[in-house]
Amino acid sequence: MAPAMDFSQSLRLIAPEELLSIAGLVLLLVAGWAGDKASRAISIAAVAVLVGAMALVAPALCNGAMGPETSAFGSQFRADAFASFAKLLIYGSAAVGLIVAPSFFEKFRAMRAEYPVLILFAAIGTGMMVSATDFLTLYIGLEMNSLASYVLAAFLRADDRSAEAGLKYFVLGALASGILLFGVSLTYGFTGSTGFEGVRAAMAGGLTTGMIFGIVFVLAGIAFKIAAVPFHMWTPDVYEGAPTPVTLFFATAPKVGAMGMLMRVALEAFGGQAGAWQQIVIFAAIASIVIGALGAIGQQNIKRLLAYSSINNVGFILIGLAVATPQGASAMLTYLAIYVAMTVASFVVVLLLKDEDGNSVESFADISGLSRTRPWLALAMASVMFSLAGIPPLFGFWGKFVVFQAAVAAGFVPLAAIGIAASVIGAFYYLKVVKVMYFDEPAGKVVGKGEVAHAALLVVTGLFLSPLGYLLTKWLGAMTDTAAAALFHVA
Amino acid sequence: MIGIEHYVVVSSILFVLGVLGIFLNRKNVIVILMAIELILLAVNINLVAFSSFLGDLTGQIFAMFVLTVAAGEAAVGLAILVIYFRGRGTIAVDDVNRMKG
Repeated sequence: MAPAMDFSQSLRLIAPEELLSIAGLVLLLVAGWAGDKASRAISIAAVAVLVGAMALVAPALCNGAMGPETSAFGSQFRADAFASFAKLLIYGSAAVGLIVAPSFFEKFRAMRAEYPVLILFAAIGTGMMVSATDFLTLYIGLEMNSLASYVLAAFLRADDRSAEAGLKYFVLGALASGILLFGVSLTYGFTGSTGFEGVRAAMAGGLTTGMIFGIVFVLAGIAFKIAAVPFHMWTPDVYEGAPTPVTLFFATAPKVGAMGMLMRVALEAFGGQAGAWQQIVIFAAIASIVIGALGAIGQQNIKRLLAYSSINNVGFILIGLAVATPQGASAMLTYLAIYVAMTVASFVVVLLLKDEDGNSVESFADISGLSRTRPWLALAMASVMFSLAGIPPLFGFWGKFVVFQAAVAAGFVPLAAIGIAASVIGAFYYLKVVKVMYFDEPAGKVVGKGEVAHAALLVVTGLFLSPLGYLLTKWLGAMTDTAAAALFHVA
Repeated sequence: MIGIEHYVVVSSILFVLGVLGIFLNRKNVIVILMAIELILLAVNINLVAFSSFLGDLTGQIFAMFVLTVAAGEAAVGLAILVIYFRGRGTIAVDDVNRMKG
């Protein structure tokens, strides 16, 4: 246990969460009184609150905050540079999920005032996941994110696919929480503590069979949440069925949150016994890369394809975890930042794919020959695909590069070699999208136009992913190194 | 004499039954909700038994949190089930197949 903390100090450390919680509750009341016609205004307010929360978390990253003074409520919660980096990504992608929503839902007359409130609550939970240094806080954060997410997945109530996605996400998400909790209960029983410091101290004396079971169950539960193979089967259905703005949100914020939670659990709580979980993570990484790449090949729906792409990307990120070094953690964070930008760009393009009635089109047949009817949109999609495939001039390459560099530096040469070989399989289906858009006969279906906000998001993420992104590598590297140092700073 | 290992065995059996209940059940989504409840209760048995065994209150506090969240989870799950039923007119597990691939 850390020394007794001043309560007001603790409250200062959770300022971003306080802002988001109070704003979420107030906006819920506003939503109750004003009804759905206020939904656009509430969305704008929620985006402003998220930006405010980002401003509140940023200083911890800039100051490189770490150690006991960042620990709140008796080591339940930590607001260090690592949490700050992850929360910037989480709140940022939640804001994007709000910005793109109204124009999508208004088509179905389904833009409800609850949507921004649910996104806010999910963002608070996701932020708590990366800050948790006790399994109790971790569980509450995880459930706060999950319960809001289940509702969001089923948000288009009249749509069969959305309701089915909500149901599937709920059942498998609840199962994942159950598996995680069972692991937590075993870890608690055999180490005598739910705090990460206590678990780490108890494990320093050697692992018992019970502790190993605990580690395996906890990691399996988290693997569900990050959609790593072999616990990935829900991802394509949920990504396809959920409304596209919600899918954008699922593919970014909770992914960063669960990955940050996994890093904290693996490197802090179980960090003293890395040998016990490295094999599991290596298996999950390679399996995710290969199955993510192979599964995508036969897909006809772009959202399903992007789901497999996210499984594939999770595999690459896990390589950074498998090496269990600060360099690997820093590489994971770099990859996550670039992954969020690529995911936002790809789903904004998907949101802009609409036919003349304003209905979404999601299949390959409908986007064939897109380069001739909507050249800019096709160019944006093609750049994102090249970036996801990791083709050098684009910034997606940098994420893969730093991850493989960390793996080689730590002596995991075969792992890096398998990863590089498997990324070639992935390139096949990314290039297939480009081929369909540029070399097939135009279907002429996509005519819809987006809002200024969509174009602005595409320009910003596009500039980041373009070769101009390499100007940021030094700055991004410094930030991720600080964040990783905070993670490895064991108080 | 009933020791800690008996509690762990019982909770492990309940946990496995819950997981099997989700995967082997071909009939009804409501049964899946019951299976999820079974998993969470298995966890609670573990937490309370370990708490008593270790003489440490954390496990019992954790169990209260799990109970509370389980209630919320059941509410959200049933709500989603209701809108699913409204659209489809059935809650048979085999019919949850609008998306494939």
